[in-house]
Parts: sequence; structure tokens; C-alpha cells
Amino acid sequence: MEGSGVVTVYGNGAITETKKSPFSVKVGLAQMLRGGVIMDVVNADQARVAEEAGACAVMALERVPADIRAQGGVARMSDPQLIKEIKQAVTIPVMAKARIGHFVEAQILEAIGIDYVDESEVLTLADEDNHINKHNFRIPFVCGCRNLGEALRRIREGAAMIRTKGEAGTGNIVEAVRHVRSVMGDIRVLRNMDDDEVFTFSKKIAAPYDLVMQTKQLGRLPVVHFAAGGVATPADAALMMQLGCDGVFVGSGVFKSGDPAKRARAIVQAVTHYSDPEVLAEVSCGLGEAMVGINLNDDKVERFANRSE
Amino acid sequence: MAVVGVLALQGSFNEHIAALRRLGVKGVEIRKPEQLQSVSSLIIPGGESTTMAKLAEYHNLFPALREFVEMGKPVWGTCAGLIFLANKATGQKTGGQKLVGGLDCTVHRNFFGSQIQSFEADLPVPELASKEGGPETFRGIFIRAPAILEAGPEVQVLADYPVPSNKFLDSDSFIEDKKKVAHKCGKVIVAVRQGNILGTAFHPELTADTRWHSYFIKMSNANVGEEASSSSLVPAEVDITSNQQPCSDLPIFQ
Repeated sequence: MEGSGVVTVYGNGAITETKKSPFSVKVGLAQMLRGGVIMDVVNADQARVAEEAGACAVMALERVPADIRAQGGVARMSDPQLIKEIKQAVTIPVMAKARIGHFVEAQILEAIGIDYVDESEVLTLADEDNHINKHNFRIPFVCGCRNLGEALRRIREGAAMIRTKGEAGTGNIVEAVRHVRSVMGDIRVLRNMDDDEVFTFSKKIAAPYDLVMQTKQLGRLPVVHFAAGGVATPADAALMMQLGCDGVFVGSGVFKSGDPAKRARAIVQAVTHYSDPEVLAEVSCGLGEAMVGINLNDDKVERFANRSE
Repeated sequence: MAVVGVLALQGSFNEHIAALRRLGVKGVEIRKPEQLQSVSSLIIPGGESTTMAKLAEYHNLFPALREFVEMGKPVWGTCAGLIFLANKATGQKTGGQKLVGGLDCTVHRNFFGSQIQSFEADLPVPELASKEGGPETFRGIFIRAPAILEAGPEVQVLADYPVPSNKFLDSDSFIEDKKKVAHKCGKVIVAVRQGNILGTAFHPELTADTRWHSYFIKMSNANVGEEASSSSLVPAEVDITSNQQPCSDLPIFQ
């Protein structure tokens, strides 16, 4: 991984102090987020609620995924002004979403000094074939995946953190479980595999051999791995942790529910005490109404996760 | 050998436990006040200090942590943990955050700015090198790191870092008068020791160099020798998690 040191091509204006940001520093922030919850917020007030509840970072957005789903149309990067306001309101790290393949949106986000960019399938695609070449940025990226091959392709492109795609804005955990199980299952298969078979396995999952081998040696993804897409309750969050994720993104689940502050706090505690059913029971009590869920068997529901490979 | 507790609310606690394991020392995760009884020393890891403070508050950990520090048991805070241990912190969220205290210094939270200003640097560490051997410098990873602006007379400075005066010109919102005062002298303190309290602004748990961990274990062993160690009861919860993820350590990127 060390060899993937970043060459600065863009952003030679505003920030002059570091010439490059090594991959270890990019991954480092993600490591600091482990065991935490990252919440989608649409304004400074929600950001403060999230911080107060104990979120370890916030994702600044114009619309949460549930609204993007409901309203349709083209979803783009949020107004930088909004992101700046959210950044000023809180002390925890702020992330923002850029469209897949839209590297200029990413440059803008880098320029306003946020902490992480999410190259997200929740926004409309900008490039149907290529993702952003994330090595060109000093800012770290998080990307979605549905399986091990996709995760490792994103890491090779320079992603310093991986999240499962799940199905954002549905309040339905089924896809997130499918994706986490797929990644973890493939890693378990890989760990028991003979070294001679890894070449063919890499070909099968369409991932770079060196990263596949590194994953085999580590017994986990070589970067931090969060769960996302459909987490709506503390139990959902703890389920993701028990399946082996390092932390959880909660999108629409918090601020589309009856009592956001209380639910946010409950999900944060559920992630910390994910293996303690007594604490989980305690924090799950009396949270008010959960967000409305969408049944994914309905053909009219668009699958965000299938937008990119 | 003594069991080292690692506060496992949020952040890089797995990395600390992995670093301890490399030295042949058992680290246990601490999530509840009563679990503190079973350990003779404690590491407060890096992470989001705001988040960790909130979680500690929910579970009423602050009184137990303060008691632990006051009893003179060895405590080490890295990054967010350093903020926890400081008597005074600036640059906090609206409404402030709770601190454990004990270390007589003023810490500026997020001193170096946002993630894009995070960096690696070789720090001269004479005290560490004289105790633990090895090279004269330590590769410090600073991630949205704090820095110590002022330290009391009893605080021993173990490492500092030069701050270029143009450092903050770019990040408008981070310029404060206090900082200007701090970098008039051209450097900020990034590692300190006061009695049995150790604090580092960077993340030794993210590097393969385990000298800081071994330095801390020697601190705790010296302490245990004095007061005939307590029982080394391991909480059941920890066993469950370690069974589920036997290899949850992240790679060490140097």
C-alpha cells in the first residue's frame, strides 16, 4: 500500500503545506472512526443533534436518500455553502458526497476542506464506466461495495475506506446484510484457500491480485469497512457490527424518524455495546416511530446499488 | 504480567490491543465502569473525543475514570485520549465537553486542522530512545490531532513539533489568537508525562514501532510492583468479541 503514495495533481492552489498525503494518513482517520456512527444531516441544526448524540462524523447532504428516492430527478453534490455551514457548526469530521466519476465535484469538496468524500451511488452517476482516480487527491475517499471484488477495485482506485452499499433510503436492512455477508463470506473462503488458487480467485472476482493476497493475509479488508444502506434501528446497527463491520452509516434512519435525538443516541450506544443484548434492549425502548420502510420486492423501487460495478 | 485496559467506546482500541499483543501483553476492552476494577493500567485510545465523551457520559464512566487517575494508576491517552486527560481543552464543540483531567496542561482540540492537514512526521524523542533504545526519532501519525499549548511545571515534555508560521493561513476558521501565541515560540508540545500519566497527540498504535507501548507497560509494571496487583478478571464480553473477530487488527502502515 505504501507504494500508492499520492501525487498531487489537483488542488495546487489553496493548501500548500503538505506535498502529499500518504495512504496511511488517509486510512488513519477511518481508523479513528471505528466503532462509531456516521449520520446524514441536511443542515447545521441536525449536525448539532448528531454531534450531541455521539456521532463520530456527519455526512452533509441537501436531501437524505429517502427524499432523493421520493423526489427523483438528478441528485448532485450539495451546495458547498451548506457544507461549510455544517462544518462550522460541529467539531467532528464532516463528509460529503460526490457523484461517481465526477472528479471536479471531488476537487471542489477538497478545496472547501472537508474531511472525507463519499463517492456515492446514491447520487446520480456522472460517469457510467469510470470511478474517480482517488490517488490524485489528498482528501480521503469512502466508496460503496456489494462484494469483495468491488471493494478491492475501489481500494485500488485509492479509496481509504469502504462501506457496503445496502439500499439507501429504504429503511430495509436486507441488502446491507446481503452485501456484508458476501464480503465477509468471500474473505472466509479466501483465508482457507491454497495460495496457488488465489490467482484464479482474483480473476473470478475481478480484483487486483496483490490486494486479494493482502486481504488473505490480514483476514479482513485492508481498509476500514463500515455498513450502510437501510440501517433504521439500534438492532440493525448492532447486527451490522456483529456481522463484522467496523462501524455504521445511518442515512435517512435518524432524521426521518419520530424522535431523531433519541434514536441517534440509541444507535450510537448500540454500536458501542453491539455484543451486549441487555444494553441493546435498554436503548431500543421507547424510540417512537421508525422511518417508513420500503419493500424491495416492488419492481418500481430503483436499486441504487446496481448503478455501478 | 499485568492486564492493560483499553477504553473501547469508540476509535482505535483494536489497534492498541494489537500493539500490546505484539509485546506479549494482554489488553482488555473497557466499556463499563465496573470493568475498570480489573485492570491496573489504562489506555485511552484515539478516536473522536466528542463522541467518546458523550458515550462515557451515557454510561457514567467519568467518576470511575477520574478515580482511576487520582489513584495514581498509569494512564495513557493518545490523541482523543490526551484531550480526555488534560485539565483544560480549547476548540471544543458548542457547550463544551467533559474531561477526565489529571494532566496539568491546556490542549487545543484539532490543532492542526481538518483531515486534509493531517500528516506524518519524524519526531525527535530523546527520552523514549534513552529508555527503549532504537532510533532517535519516532514516526508520528497526526490525524486531526490536538496539540498541547501550555504545560504546568510538573509536566515532563517528551516530544515537540515545530509549527511553521504559515501553517494556518490557509484554514481560515482555525485561526485563533491563542494559536498565534502558541506558534510564536515556533513549536507545540505533542508528547508529555506527568507522574503516571502519559499523553501523546499522535498515534503510536498505527505504526509498527511499539516503543511507546513498551514504555507505558514499564510504567505500569513499576506501579504494580509497589502495590501487589489486583485480580486479572477478564470480562466475558471481551471473549465474545475476540472470538468473532480473531484478526480484526488493521494493517500497520508505516
